[in-house]
Amino acid sequence: MSDELLALHGIETRIGRYHILHGVDFAAQRGRVTMLLGRNGAGKTTTLRTVMGLWRASAGRIMFDGRDIAGLGTPDIARLGIAYVPETMGIFSQLTVRENLLLATGREGLTDERLDRLFSLFPALKERFAVPAGVLSGGQKQMLAIGRAVIEPRRLLVVDEPTKGLAPAVIQVLIDAFRRLKQSETTILLVEQNFHMAVSVGDDVAVMDDGRIVHTGSMADLAADDALQHRLLGFSLAVHQ
Amino acid sequence: MKRDWAPYAVLPVLVLIALPAMGVTNWLVLTVAGLAMGAMLFLMAAGLTLIFGLMDVLNFAHGAFITLGAYVAVSVVAPLAGWAMADSWVMNLAVFAVAIVIASIVSGAVGWGFERVIVRGVYGAPLQQILVTMGGLIVAQQLFIVLWGADAIPLLKPTAFGGSIVVHGAAIEKYRLIALALGLAVFVALHLLLSRTRVGLLVRAGVENREMVEALGYRVRRLFVGVFVVGTALAGIGGVTWAFYQELVTAQLGGDMTILVFIILIIGGLGSVGGSLVGAMLVGLTTNYVGFLAPTVSLGSNILLMVLILLWRPRGLFPVAHG
Repeated sequence: MSDELLALHGIETRIGRYHILHGVDFAAQRGRVTMLLGRNGAGKTTTLRTVMGLWRASAGRIMFDGRDIAGLGTPDIARLGIAYVPETMGIFSQLTVRENLLLATGREGLTDERLDRLFSLFPALKERFAVPAGVLSGGQKQMLAIGRAVIEPRRLLVVDEPTKGLAPAVIQVLIDAFRRLKQSETTILLVEQNFHMAVSVGDDVAVMDDGRIVHTGSMADLAADDALQHRLLGFSLAVHQ
Repeated sequence: MKRDWAPYAVLPVLVLIALPAMGVTNWLVLTVAGLAMGAMLFLMAAGLTLIFGLMDVLNFAHGAFITLGAYVAVSVVAPLAGWAMADSWVMNLAVFAVAIVIASIVSGAVGWGFERVIVRGVYGAPLQQILVTMGGLIVAQQLFIVLWGADAIPLLKPTAFGGSIVVHGAAIEKYRLIALALGLAVFVALHLLLSRTRVGLLVRAGVENREMVEALGYRVRRLFVGVFVVGTALAGIGGVTWAFYQELVTAQLGGDMTILVFIILIIGGLGSVGGSLVGAMLVGLTTNYVGFLAPTVSLGSNILLMVLILLWRPRGLFPVAHG
């Protein structure tokens, strides 16, 4: 069995008249955290949305565990065990925290074991369990969005810029949570601009520019190479945290 | 984030400010009449607000399902005229209940077919939605004439539902109390369905962020078919109650209500069932109060009400957040 859980081959995506992705090729290895980096407008969010079937690829293949999922609808992709946390978090503000979590579970529902695991990742959610999600702080909403994605065991976690706009203390909570998810060998594809987060949790990296992958390798190698960062990203990750 | 109580105050404030303008007896009669009318309008509007909220579908043919419910009531009550005219509460209630159940089943079934044949092809295309659903309403009105004739058909209330009860010198029509009770019962049932069941949670979540519901593995289209069927079934029930209230059924019955139904949706906040209840009650009360106090402006009173509400709350009284 290949180590690649998710592999994109020549993915092209058009949104209306705009040609956003121009043949994206990269893979996410099982049990590892793959960082997807790039400048604003490079196509990172489009790539994640294309993986989830929210935008259709006009060409190319998206292989998930050996099966091409490029033609599947979003619900079918999610049912394969792929959880998605969008940049906007996608929480249902009029539903309570409990109801948000409940919708992400199957027939087993919210078991004590699942809730204990969730609250060990994000203790703040425990005391806010019964309140409408709309009243949570930005950090708590992000915790809920990630918690909802992992309330059930998932095969792949797709997360888009979870630290955007959050305070450093909250970012540290998220880093700790991703580290623990790594230990449980969850495969994660993570778009992130925060250097501390990227270096702390990333194993592999793919860098995008203008709708293409321009670099793949280990996160540690990229983090250690200032010149490469400048060439690929136009800035040093160390000053972009 | 604190709860915004102001929209909840609109209804009681309207009821209270009307009192000194008309005296207790008139106020009591008109308030019950307004609330009963609101309850019937709520039955017609509740489904449409969910249909729009979940899939952004503008169904201008909704009025056809109101009319269909009314005509089905005519066909159901005709062979049961003996029950309807019997001097028995039980038999009168039975004929009303049978009419409501059969009308909701027929309207829901036709709604299912309408969604599959007409609406499914125009998801995400508002202009086409308006055109094909308006066309659907026109075609349906002609079909009603073919099936039930062009003349207005009388539909008398069951014997026990006629007449009034007197409270503080005010004669309150019994049927209005029945319609009010039915509307409130449907609201409670819908509220429980939406807040206590997983399907209800999915509908509420889908109204707020359809894309995210799909990303959680649920097929929103299937959910929408269910909502469409329930919405059209409710419209049928609304048509039955309105037909018994008017005691006359025409092919234009539902079409005539469409404008009021859309005003209710806009006032309440598109996608909000609670908002459509409050909106319907406001429209019912305004129609009755203004009709009594200033009959010459009653025709435009609900448009004026909508304008005032939108100036205060541009997205309606109870807007649904969209993710």
